[in-house]
Amino acid sequence: MTTNYKKRIALNGGAAAAEALKQIEPDVMAVYPITPQTTIIETFAKFKADGEVATEVIEVESEHSAMSACVGSSAAGARTVTATSSQGLALMNEILYIASGMRLPILMVVSARALSAPLNIHGDHSDVMGARDTGWIQIFSENAQEIYDNTIIGMKLAEKVKLPVMAIMDGFNTSHCVENLEMLTTEQVKEFVGEFAPEKYLLDIANPVSFGPVALQNSYFEFKVQQEQVMDKVAREYLKIAKEFEKLTGRKKDFFETYQTEDAQEIIVLAGSTAGTTKDVIDRMRKHGKKVGLIKMSLFRPFPRKELLVALKNAKSVAVMERAISPGTYPPIYQDIMTGLFQAGETKNMQSIIYSLGGRDIFAKDIEKIFDDLQTGKITKEIKYIGVSN
Amino acid sequence: MNKELTKNFASGHSACAGCAFPTIVRTILGESPDPVVISNATGCLEVTSTLYPFTAWKTPYIHSAFENASATISGVERAHKILSKKGKVPKKVKFVVFGGDGGTYDIGLQSLSGALERGHDFVYVVYDNGGYMNTGNQRSSATPYGAATETTPVGKESFGKVEMRKNLMEIVAAHHIKYAAQANVAYLGDLKKKAKKAFEIEGPAFLSVFSPCTNNWKFPTSQYVAISKLATETNFWPLFEIENGKYKVNWATETPKDLEEFLKTQGRFKHLFSEKNAPVLAEMKKIVKDEWQRLVNKTEEV
Repeated sequence: MTTNYKKRIALNGGAAAAEALKQIEPDVMAVYPITPQTTIIETFAKFKADGEVATEVIEVESEHSAMSACVGSSAAGARTVTATSSQGLALMNEILYIASGMRLPILMVVSARALSAPLNIHGDHSDVMGARDTGWIQIFSENAQEIYDNTIIGMKLAEKVKLPVMAIMDGFNTSHCVENLEMLTTEQVKEFVGEFAPEKYLLDIANPVSFGPVALQNSYFEFKVQQEQVMDKVAREYLKIAKEFEKLTGRKKDFFETYQTEDAQEIIVLAGSTAGTTKDVIDRMRKHGKKVGLIKMSLFRPFPRKELLVALKNAKSVAVMERAISPGTYPPIYQDIMTGLFQAGETKNMQSIIYSLGGRDIFAKDIEKIFDDLQTGKITKEIKYIGVSN
Repeated sequence: MNKELTKNFASGHSACAGCAFPTIVRTILGESPDPVVISNATGCLEVTSTLYPFTAWKTPYIHSAFENASATISGVERAHKILSKKGKVPKKVKFVVFGGDGGTYDIGLQSLSGALERGHDFVYVVYDNGGYMNTGNQRSSATPYGAATETTPVGKESFGKVEMRKNLMEIVAAHHIKYAAQANVAYLGDLKKKAKKAFEIEGPAFLSVFSPCTNNWKFPTSQYVAISKLATETNFWPLFEIENGKYKVNWATETPKDLEEFLKTQGRFKHLFSEKNAPVLAEMKKIVKDEWQRLVNKTEEV
């Protein structure tokens, strides 16, 4: 298939991810519907129905089976993708560990959404944060452009380091909002991701391999430590591939984006779509001489601890804003940054903030207040919840 | 060992002496005209054949989890479809799932149903030992009425499992698959014939094979074939096929043996011979008789 797109196109995040998947044209895609991911698989199913992709689409009967089919397909030697959200990701949880433990380069696009109970179909990061220790690489996206980009980067990275990747966008905020984005040509994408050439695979009939053996006390530990040891390499390869993509597109790619951080006294760290609003607030506050800035996480697993500390070096106080809750302790990004600071022997005024669970609106004034509180020293060890009624 | 017999599944695995599944695995795979790729549910077969760094599998093999062997093979089979079209892998390959009854009747039922409904080209084999034997003998929905297990123990208020076995063959047949058959490790000629048919048809095929467990059914290791034979001779485990929806019984006798002959060979049924449990034994005999009649009636439906 050779489709040349106009350079700029208006798409919602789900369709943008689907377009990237179409250009990658994986061998196999397992699909199961869940809001707000369904736009991705529907768009892709139409590509298949119209003969625009040769991909084998497996319409499985659950997300558990979606991830299981992906494990089978990827182990068989096929370039393999899927997509999910929320309960679907939670249902997959068991098999996420198996995918990473078998070192299978599966790409999964996630429209991040709240978890039940109570039932809520709207965006937050509870689902993906719940999967942060599964051994998957996790890359957050701010908008339709970034989920398009990260889908392509993620595919290449997965196959390079033999680990599965989640390319994450915010459910509804990004997945269902139409935005302008720039697309590569299909030829450019195909050339960028290259041919999938697995080293060991099931369908290499002449060289039979057993996947998923029993490993007991004398060998299991080594397998798991190897998964951790490869993470340094993952970070390096991510940066290499991201920079290659930057060269191709002119769009800046890194572990995270820094916005007006160089001289910033107060910095907000967050992941996902709220970065857009935050940048607006920063522009406005900068006009009034306030030295505020933003760090927007892209690569979350592995966590770019050292680089992040360098970026935060000059800040006096930092608010870490998260769309996930870890009952009984602080939310994940805050914890990770605190660990880094402590190890480096640095102290900063740190505020943990939880916002927008289950799609609760967050406004520019809320973000402005967070910056103001940082500046005026209204910082506590308690978690602050934005926009919650008492 | 015979080279041909062990071409897919080697000796040196750690299955118990007197376990039936090595014979079942070798017999079935021996009928495949093409190379086979195996997907295996968690269970005895898996843990005794792939203890790292060893493997008994001389053919490509994947174990993912307990409940997803069918979904896993779905992915493998579709990967093969596209990769063989692209000329990257051999055209002729067969796909086989092995699961125990726990991984098939219970936790893996949804995954199996999905794969059958989608029509993947694979052979599903359940080696049915009527319970969770790998975890130490807990009841499954394949455990027969009256059997004692660790979770349905015999006690003052209990005679063992109170429910009938799930009729998995009918559930499988309800997916309109072309071929499903019930077989028994004691009838290898019959099993071979059924495996051959299962490999020949396009789309999903299903084999349910009687597979005694020496440890948890409590019988001497030398007896697994004799006990299996009795299971069929008493009509406890009929041999039959469902081909394109049509039932056919493959082995029948005018004079089936008394069910007691089968039951008394195994520790899991020994409590049924007390005076107190006479009604349980009677009920068990009735179940076997009724189920046999139901099966025979089905062969007459056209």
